[in-house]
Amino acid sequence: MDAREKEIEKLKDYKYGFSTDIENTRAPKGLNEEVIKFISNIKKEPQWMLDWRLKAFERLKQLKEPNWQKPKYPKIDYQDLYYYSAPKSMDDKPKSLDELDPKLLETYNKLGIPLQEQARLNGIAVDAVFDSVSVATTFKGELNKKGIIFCSMSEAIREHPELVKKYLGSVIPLSDHYFATLNSAVFTDGSFVYIPEGVRCPMELSTYFRINATETGQFERTLIIADKGSYVSYLEGCTAPMRDENQLHAANVELVALDDAEIKYSTVQNWYPGDKDGKGGIYNFVTKRGLCKGKNSKISWTQVETGSAITWKYPSCILMGDNSVGEFYSIAITNNHQKADTGTKMIHLGKNTKSKIISKGISAGFADNTYRGLVDIAKKADNARNFTQCDSLLMGNKCGAHTVPYIKNKNSSSNIEHEATTSKISDEQLFYCNQRGLNQEEAVSLIVNGFCKEVLQQLPMEFAVEAQKLVGISLEGSVG
Amino acid sequence: MLTIKDLKANIDNKEILKGLNLEIKPGEVHAIMGPNGSGKSTLSNVLSGKKGYTVTGEVKYFNENLLDLEIEERAHKGIFLAFQYPLEIPGVNTNIFLKTSLNAIKKAKGEKELDAIEFLKLVKQKAGELKFDEKILSRQLNVGFSGGEKKKNEILQMSILNPKLSILDETDSGLDIDALKIVSEGVNALRSKESSFLIITHYQRLLEYIKPDFVHVLINGQIVKSGGSELALELEKKGYESLS
Repeated sequence: MDAREKEIEKLKDYKYGFSTDIENTRAPKGLNEEVIKFISNIKKEPQWMLDWRLKAFERLKQLKEPNWQKPKYPKIDYQDLYYYSAPKSMDDKPKSLDELDPKLLETYNKLGIPLQEQARLNGIAVDAVFDSVSVATTFKGELNKKGIIFCSMSEAIREHPELVKKYLGSVIPLSDHYFATLNSAVFTDGSFVYIPEGVRCPMELSTYFRINATETGQFERTLIIADKGSYVSYLEGCTAPMRDENQLHAANVELVALDDAEIKYSTVQNWYPGDKDGKGGIYNFVTKRGLCKGKNSKISWTQVETGSAITWKYPSCILMGDNSVGEFYSIAITNNHQKADTGTKMIHLGKNTKSKIISKGISAGFADNTYRGLVDIAKKADNARNFTQCDSLLMGNKCGAHTVPYIKNKNSSSNIEHEATTSKISDEQLFYCNQRGLNQEEAVSLIVNGFCKEVLQQLPMEFAVEAQKLVGISLEGSVG
Repeated sequence: MLTIKDLKANIDNKEILKGLNLEIKPGEVHAIMGPNGSGKSTLSNVLSGKKGYTVTGEVKYFNENLLDLEIEERAHKGIFLAFQYPLEIPGVNTNIFLKTSLNAIKKAKGEKELDAIEFLKLVKQKAGELKFDEKILSRQLNVGFSGGEKKKNEILQMSILNPKLSILDETDSGLDIDALKIVSEGVNALRSKESSFLIITHYQRLLEYIKPDFVHVLINGQIVKSGGSELALELEKKGYESLS
């Protein structure tokens, strides 16, 4: 096989694995105050933002990288990374899509996320983040008419400082764990959403994260605020080129729901998982936390995690308001040498708070999949309820599945339920499907989609079909 | 349509089929009867292509070497096995399974796949003919189905996929008399000049409702006697002992 054929062969497995040849503006390599100032400066940030970052950096120096997780990885040299990389053409901040580098438009077209007016996805507003910058946000004007703010984080810091100052770090404080604090120091771009009181966001909001540059970490920061009585459904998608190196994606996502507000946050994570032998792939070390601040508020996380070499994240809910509700629906698929350690934390603080956890872990090849979760009921959280269901599906006999549920209960009026199952796809089930005309891959896809159904149903309709296909593709070649 | 010559099958170094010969022509209904452990289920597994057997001999199916084909290729070419114990697939809606199956076969044959509306129309019609409760179709495949519902579901699938050769593996086991009648009526409705049946059964009971053209007695991996439908009655009276 010549090099080109090899390239095509590789892309068959991961069709988002191409890279875009584009000239970049980069921060100097390494992690230090100068780099943080460089990032803040290039984003034209006010002084308070820079001070905040530097405070985080001071704090970071006192923190150690955690190592209690199941998937181990080689030591990351934080001085050998670029913390900022953006297409050069973004330096003069293109005012409209017409001014945007055609190469960027082409990249998003190839990814199936057209940004141009005439080709946009119906009813879905998209913020497109390329390495360290947001390159475009669609439907902004239309949303503005309802008072909804949907823009890049960088723009929000400049245009809506009062909201950013009030809420940034209010759910994931500066003094959090290592990766969250690293993010606070060097975060580059992400999305900012504000839904005003009583407004139901009329369309799906979404952010598409793309890693392109080499030797670069992506430090996304997203903040979503749903004011009293509002509703928003938000979805993020992620892809990266195929490379032999491991790349770090350490994001912070903060959600705040005030009285009677609801946020539905969905993730379809398809970062490059590495090759069949476990070479390359993204380290997806992400902190996602939602605060149900107001009474009767609700935050619902849905995640479909199919990519990344290592996925390490626990999208969580702090149920502060009385009667607030937290939900976590998860599908984590690991194939070949992929590893995942994921789950959620449900912190019950208010009275009559409810949480629900549905986790579906699928392991194939040599992969290892851990569900780790915490249900924490505080002393004053009268009548709290939790229901947890963790199901694992194993394919083959070289993979692993683990369930590590922690329960802390300080209130005797609470009601906590935990169910867990582990199963295998049986040869008999496959034979039955084959006999009805389905080939091996179709059969596996059907059975696995059945296994994941409860979670897939939670996705916005526009993405459910894509996610179903992705579930099938991620497991190709895992049986037979 | 199907010619089996000197078929032998081993599993775990144990010979189960020991040189079996059989010919089925289009439109014929053959019944295979035999005691426990005689190789009846092995025959249906080997014909449908289940893995795990070492098979020798020749099986011609419409001039093709059946043993060379994958399980799903055999299904695409019109072989259907009604399972003795249909499998449960949690989370998969019965209707969706049926549609996926039908369209996979249509696609393999180069025919136009059915959309949701066309499919529902077809399934409604077939379910009506079989007096099959449509509510079952929106449940998860075979999950929580009674024994009778599972078997009826197999017959419904058979009637939708419209196979050329249907193999019924002890479809009558575990059925009460009403379910048995419904299943038999379903099979009888599908009988035609083109479609053939191989009915594997312990008991003569099923053959009161489905009149076979031929009855074969399978003992110890070989067909020891063949005859018309009267052979089944004879067996019922005398038992297999008289033949072995």
